[in-house]
Amino acid sequence: MTRLPITKTPKPYVGGAFIRSESGRTYSLPDAAGNFFANVPQCTRKDLRNAVEAAAKAGPGWAKRTAYNRGQILYRLGEMIEARRAELIDTLVRFGAGRGAAGREVDATTDRLVYYAGWADKYEQVLGNVNPVASPHFNFTVTEPMGVVGVIAPDAPALLGLVSLFAPVIVSGNTVVAVASERTPYPAILLGEMLATSDLPGGVVNVLTGFRKELVPTFATHTHLRAVSAAVDVADRKTLRLGGAESIKRVYFSAAATERDWFDERTQSVYAIRDFLEFKTIWHPIGA
Amino acid sequence: MPTSASARKTARRGRPAPELIFGDLWAFDPAPETADPKLKPRYDLFIGGRFVAPAGGRYFDTINPANEQKLTEIALAGSVDVDAAYAAAQRAFTTTWGRMPGRERAKYLFRIARLLQDRAREFAVAETLDGGKPIKESRDFDVPMAAAHFFYHAGWADKLEYIAPGRGVAPLGVVGQVIPWNFPLLMLAWKIAPALALGNTVVLKPAETTSITCLKFAEILQDAGLPPGVVNFVTGAGEVGAAVMTHPTAAKVAFTGSTEVGKRILRSLAGTEKKLTLELGGKAANIVFDDAPLDQAVEGIVNGIFFNQGHVCCAGSRLLVHEPVAERVLAKLKNRLRVLRVGDPMDKNTDIGAINSKPQLDKIRSLVASGVKEGAEMYQPPCVLPSKGFYFRPTVFSGVSMSHRIAREEIFGPVLSILTFRTVDEAVEKANNTAYGLSAGVWTDKGSRILKLSTELKAGVVWANTYNKFDPASPFGGYKESGFGREGGRQGLLDYAKLV
Repeated sequence: MTRLPITKTPKPYVGGAFIRSESGRTYSLPDAAGNFFANVPQCTRKDLRNAVEAAAKAGPGWAKRTAYNRGQILYRLGEMIEARRAELIDTLVRFGAGRGAAGREVDATTDRLVYYAGWADKYEQVLGNVNPVASPHFNFTVTEPMGVVGVIAPDAPALLGLVSLFAPVIVSGNTVVAVASERTPYPAILLGEMLATSDLPGGVVNVLTGFRKELVPTFATHTHLRAVSAAVDVADRKTLRLGGAESIKRVYFSAAATERDWFDERTQSVYAIRDFLEFKTIWHPIGA
Repeated sequence: MPTSASARKTARRGRPAPELIFGDLWAFDPAPETADPKLKPRYDLFIGGRFVAPAGGRYFDTINPANEQKLTEIALAGSVDVDAAYAAAQRAFTTTWGRMPGRERAKYLFRIARLLQDRAREFAVAETLDGGKPIKESRDFDVPMAAAHFFYHAGWADKLEYIAPGRGVAPLGVVGQVIPWNFPLLMLAWKIAPALALGNTVVLKPAETTSITCLKFAEILQDAGLPPGVVNFVTGAGEVGAAVMTHPTAAKVAFTGSTEVGKRILRSLAGTEKKLTLELGGKAANIVFDDAPLDQAVEGIVNGIFFNQGHVCCAGSRLLVHEPVAERVLAKLKNRLRVLRVGDPMDKNTDIGAINSKPQLDKIRSLVASGVKEGAEMYQPPCVLPSKGFYFRPTVFSGVSMSHRIAREEIFGPVLSILTFRTVDEAVEKANNTAYGLSAGVWTDKGSRILKLSTELKAGVVWANTYNKFDPASPFGGYKESGFGREGGRQGLLDYAKLV
């Protein structure tokens, strides 16, 4: 007799724990062949607010870590993904990717994390500087993380898109509340397990699953989200900008127009980190 | 034995230390600045390198807030004029300025800086007449700093490959800019210099109460031989500003002004791909610890809030004083206020000039009234204000709590709210407890504390043991609802470029 396999209940990773939606709602997720795969939590505005709270709590501690430490933790996340490469590829294939394409996506995801891990203790040296002011003052400009940042991942590539958006945000000490690909949320569920085992403190990255049309308006208006990084359509862009106006939210949209663009190495740069930093300039008299 | 020095000291505590207050004893002779501001009786729009009459044929008066007399009249732009300005700017971008080598753009900017220095006194007088700020400030700060901005950015124009390591940069196109009335010429320089250095062209609208130096600056652009259309000025009030901000030709818009208008602009641009920078309001905390050099701190507090009548977005309008020295600081501050000279902005001895406009004076009055009503204790030094013109006494509120309107809303006038704190954490908590985040001040002798506070204060500029210092090389701009983007320095330049 064949053994009945144990299927996994998908649970989003929020505040360092695996949760169900407070609403108890789920939606049925079929695989690429149209077969029932699992029920995925349909997170609500309330779940989003709870996640922002978790991210806000984790923020100061994460920002205070040394840059060296944050770099190592991002690298560690890369190690976790590499270790579960086969499982991730199988998952992407199950949801419609070709095996070769799936492998490329997982590898690009790992490489992207390693790329940003290396920036942790360097971007400050590239973006900040001492300013030669025309008065007897020592004047310098440094960067600081903004706080809690919302991330709205593209539908595809589900894994690479999500990681490409949150890695440059957290490397500087921001924390993230993300919503996974609506069409293919399961890779983000798996990623949650890797986040949990990567030494990343709970609450630094929170990943919700659910419907964009329910969550985007709250991403727009939640005043504790200091910035949003989103891969969304024209209508959602407008919603985010309109809703963000009240709290002067920094809203950035991914420039990737096609799925292939996410793989382009030119989309990764120190300027993706810069978008989620504030510049602070400090003056002090030079004197006796 | 117990009646000795220590007892006398106790008895004196809370009272100001004996000190000579000369301000009460002698009146100063008038020391008016008399240079000719060379005003024209009427100013037209500046479009395509020429002064042109507005299509609607309408003009509005601009007055001297120090005596409410008309200075000249200014063209009122309509949407047709704004269209013409954008068309001229677009033409200049595609035909001359956008294609010019950086080395040549640099030379124009250097030339502008020099021509402004040549006419510095004339511009300072015009600025003071139109805006009400003391002549010593327009002469020693506004005009020289404006020239410095052009000189600084000139040198960047042919070195742009160094502003974004790893990437190239390109100009954005036509930039729409709207600036406020508190530093008319200086804000113009902050906006135009980096935009031009990158190769953008500009349509700029000055504030309706302070258009004169902008239009005089157009004469300098003509004298410098700047190609027509590279910089265009349209004048008028809010509707003109809205037309400049939302014009379809604008690749980027930059605004300095109130947070309220900033939010309106954000909403009006939702759904467009325009780049945007906003430099908005502030409610800065100026934090004084018990180990600070108090005399210097008091000078810094006074400069922080009374500079330019408090019409400064980064004004140190909330003084947070460490409890052990709160009484002494307040006593010193009151003494210092008594010798501030309020009056004719054209007098070289004037410390506090005229409030920029009647509506602004009314706003200050109503917020001050709310402070009294909510129970804060008000102090105003006895001084005689001129009978004509818009003036307001320097005002200090003590016993202010975080919930008072005068502790939360930007007053934009010579009004200081004093709060106290006991611990470093409480100071940081209070300082950051605001929707704004433009600037902050810290006064202490302890280096490690300065570094801790400058890390924890959520503000774009932190002045430690100094206040209200500015420089073209030093980026300026805010966190949170104080806006985004920076002006000045290497960081400010990138806001006028696209990465390629």
